[in-house]
Amino acid sequence: MFLIKCPWCGYRDQTEFSAQGEAHIVRPEDPYQLDEEQWGDYLFFRKNPKGIHHERWVHSHGCRRWFNVIRDTATDHIHATYRPDEPIPELSSEETSKPA
Amino acid sequence: MKKQVNRLEHNARLNRRKSIRFWFDNRVYEGYEGDTLASALLANDVHLVGRSFKYHRPRGIYTAGSEEPNALVQLEEKAYTEPNRRATEVELYEGLIAHSQNCWPSRRFDLGAVNSWFSRILPAGFYYKTFMWPASFWMTYEKYIRKAAGLGHSPTEPDPHFYDKTYTHCDVLVIGGGPAGIEAAIAAGQTGCRVILADEKSEFGGMLLSENILINGMPCHDWVDNRIDRLKAMSNVVLLNRTTVTGYYDYNFLVANQRVSEHLGPRISVNSPKERLWKIRTKQVVMATGAIERPLVFADNDRPGIMLASAIRSYINRYSTLPGKNCVILTNNDSAYHAALDIADEGGQVGIIDIRTNPNGAMVESAVSRGIWILANNAITGVGYSRGRLRYIEAMELSDDGLKVVGTKQRMLCDLVGVSGGWNPTVHLFSQSKGKLRFDENHHCFLADQPSPNNPAVLAGSCRATWFPKECMREGHEAGCEAAKCAGFDAFPETDEIKTVQLEYAPQRPLWILPGSHPIGQGRTKHFHELHNDATIGDIQLAVREGYESVEHLKRYTTTGMGTDQGKTSNLNALAALSEIRSLPIPDLGVTTFRPPYTPLTMGSIVGHDCGELFLQIRKTPMHPWHDQAHAVYEDVGDWKRPRYFPLGNETMHAAVQRECRQVRQSGGLLDASTLGKIDLQGRDTRRLLNMLYTNAWDKLQIGRCRYGLMLNEHGMVFDDGVTTRIGEDHYHMTTTTGGAARVMSWIEEWLQTEWPELEVYATSVTEQWAVASLNGPNAAAVLQELTDIPLDEESFPFMSMREGKVAGIPARVFRISFTGELSYEINVPARHGLVLWEQLTETGRKYDICPYGTESMHVLRAEKGFIIVGQDTDGTVTPMDLGMGWLVSRKKQDFLGKRSFDRTDTSRSGRKQLVGLLTENPEFVLPEGAHVVSELKASPPMDMLGHITSSYMSPNVGRSIAMALLKDGFNLKGQTLDVPLMNGTSQRVNVTDPSFLTD
Repeated sequence: MFLIKCPWCGYRDQTEFSAQGEAHIVRPEDPYQLDEEQWGDYLFFRKNPKGIHHERWVHSHGCRRWFNVIRDTATDHIHATYRPDEPIPELSSEETSKPA
Repeated sequence: MKKQVNRLEHNARLNRRKSIRFWFDNRVYEGYEGDTLASALLANDVHLVGRSFKYHRPRGIYTAGSEEPNALVQLEEKAYTEPNRRATEVELYEGLIAHSQNCWPSRRFDLGAVNSWFSRILPAGFYYKTFMWPASFWMTYEKYIRKAAGLGHSPTEPDPHFYDKTYTHCDVLVIGGGPAGIEAAIAAGQTGCRVILADEKSEFGGMLLSENILINGMPCHDWVDNRIDRLKAMSNVVLLNRTTVTGYYDYNFLVANQRVSEHLGPRISVNSPKERLWKIRTKQVVMATGAIERPLVFADNDRPGIMLASAIRSYINRYSTLPGKNCVILTNNDSAYHAALDIADEGGQVGIIDIRTNPNGAMVESAVSRGIWILANNAITGVGYSRGRLRYIEAMELSDDGLKVVGTKQRMLCDLVGVSGGWNPTVHLFSQSKGKLRFDENHHCFLADQPSPNNPAVLAGSCRATWFPKECMREGHEAGCEAAKCAGFDAFPETDEIKTVQLEYAPQRPLWILPGSHPIGQGRTKHFHELHNDATIGDIQLAVREGYESVEHLKRYTTTGMGTDQGKTSNLNALAALSEIRSLPIPDLGVTTFRPPYTPLTMGSIVGHDCGELFLQIRKTPMHPWHDQAHAVYEDVGDWKRPRYFPLGNETMHAAVQRECRQVRQSGGLLDASTLGKIDLQGRDTRRLLNMLYTNAWDKLQIGRCRYGLMLNEHGMVFDDGVTTRIGEDHYHMTTTTGGAARVMSWIEEWLQTEWPELEVYATSVTEQWAVASLNGPNAAAVLQELTDIPLDEESFPFMSMREGKVAGIPARVFRISFTGELSYEINVPARHGLVLWEQLTETGRKYDICPYGTESMHVLRAEKGFIIVGQDTDGTVTPMDLGMGWLVSRKKQDFLGKRSFDRTDTSRSGRKQLVGLLTENPEFVLPEGAHVVSELKASPPMDMLGHITSSYMSPNVGRSIAMALLKDGFNLKGQTLDVPLMNGTSQRVNVTDPSFLTD
């Protein structure tokens, strides 16, 4: 059961949150500029890494705010949480190279 | 009543002033307060307590703790009964009733034991292999297998107990109240941090309660009492005995189960929670979980009277019971010598069979000096058992490699065997916390290696292979200081000097599977490594022969470690056997991951109070009391209770729905539509948002006008629909489906927060703030006009518009929109006035023959008009065009969510499923929803399916049955005749039509 730091509320139990998949997928400014394959990539294709993963979560049973989480999918270690308008935090090389 | 013949003189941890009567298999016995069922049975010289799972072999008590694989009993009777309770864990209380399991007619004479005679044809995987063919016979086999399988009986009556749940936080959670755990708790407690000390036993003390050493000159039991008194005096320490930490999850979240009142007996425990589930979030964990003795596996090692050497120590030192007169200790290490010394101290006959070639050292000398005989380099090759008791053992000399026995057989009279193959540290919780284990070649066991980054626990005591109490206490103290420091309490607790006398141990011989007089797996004897599920070394050999040689396969094929004890005494021996058979070292074989719970949890404990009325929240509309009085029959829609229909007298659902539907179109009807999702949207960019959310255009919607919209996901598929109304310049009122309200709200929030934060829109769920009565039918205007000052004429209040005013004296928003195709007003009032509004409408409506109607009629009425229900006529794969609603899709808008996907190959191809109407040739027949439609009927499946029926009803207003279906290329099939095969083998002919059955 994760302990997740909501950027607005602080540390809360995982039961208050919902995971919403990969973060930083930007909706294309003009979808019609995309060919079928590119649009399909936007719609369907998601990363599934073993290791560091950027995810979107929402504090659904709390402040109802969306935010981003950097989680190691192998260890479930949460390296950082940050607001949608914040830059992606840099992880130290030590953090990213931790054995899975 | 028989005397407790095996009771010793000293009191140990028993209260000898309080004797307790209990019943086992309908015979009455006596024990003392402080006994477990197991210790009381052993005190009464009862060794045989049940029969085994598969072969129905007689079984006794094997351990003195929660690792017990054998002595499972059916506790109590009727509603209070519980199967598979370990006799070693059940505390004795006055009037306790227990029965042996898995035997009929009695545990001494059991018919199921014929399985034992046929054991040669009941190998591992027997059921998989035997009952595979022919497949149709499975139904026949299953009945018999079910009858033969299982342990004990589930209660058939409701549980009279209640269970509690609690959440808590602490700084340091200490798991295990033995010498290490007690010292850890005292050290951490001294720093002032919040400490919880949990132990699964009734009393704290752990191994010290099974010891008789002196600590600082004091008997160790008294020392434990002193230390616990010290803990009790600390207000920041919570002591939880009878509490098993069963699960260790991420970020130091742990679950513990406390047996609150079971030890008082079921008739007392109904007045307080029987168990309490603790959900604990702690900053730091100290694991002082101890170790479990490992058995040696030898021929017929499952007979009653054979138990772990450490269990004998517990029964002597804690429960004042020596379970036999003539004892033999079989060991590969020094720790078991203590059991022999304890037996000798109590005046029992005892000898030691040591499989080591040349045992020597301090422990050996100490035994020899007490006159205990030692038979070195020997193994037990057989045992004699009859009438509930062990009678003798046979021993032979081991060959040099330990793989065979040689020489002549010696027979020794014996009624109790204590076994020790060394110790396995209890690393279950560490493994659960995603910590990595490693096999230690010195201690021959798995030890904690790399902790998970999220759960940096500290281990102390025998769970990290520290065997002597003094060192356990020192480690506990250090772990307590360390944990408190990590939790932010930087103090240095005082260290108490501890003095004990402890003899050093010589190395053990890592040989756990002892040869018999026949090669293992042959002959009549069995080598059980897994007592709970009756798995033998022979089964492991078979599994490997058949290719199930990985640990994970082996486990499933032989069921090793899959019993209710989770293989606490068997897993490593199974690995050792596998290692020998495959000639691979144990570390190369891997180990299966330990998973929660550590010991079984009751369903009651998991459920807690969340049962009965508290199982699920119920949402009721403000009109609910009126519906109750009108004897409405309800339907669950999400968490809502919605009236499904309002029967008059003994009316059936069918009759009520037909009447309601007819009446709505003839005079009028009233529907409680309060559950509709409602979202209040305000802000200068609301229109831009609506243009992105809906397929149609919102630029020209005037204030006071309503518009229907379809909402799509980015795949272009319909996921919600509803009417949105412009209330003011930048103010809109959106409605959603009842079930989709929360989803749409989240959808809006997601886009506003993540993609379009520049839009100024405030979205607020107002579903529960408004009560809605939907007044439908030709008389709707007449009824409403009596209650409102809002002009209702066509010109001042046209279709698809909203007017504000008072209805029945209540401020209201009235929407002239329709889901029935009739003249209809959806009257919204603040929720607190909903009931009054409803009462006024029904009262006034009586004159105009207005009836209340429910969701079932609502479905029929909308289907008569061909209106869709999202989620019923759509399933997430349906576009507006598939629904024949392409007219709702704006051609002018540059973009909206889902639009680009209309051009995807799959979305724009021909042959997609499209919504059509179906009319059966037999107008009385109502097709089952979900039935498939085929173009060519065959005698049996498979047939080419065109699609399925989404909605189907008997329509009183059309005067026949009607249905809607999603069919491949459906629009082009209109006018054709198709078939619908049914489950009962018959079929119906249907004509494809437009999905609109009632034309004005």
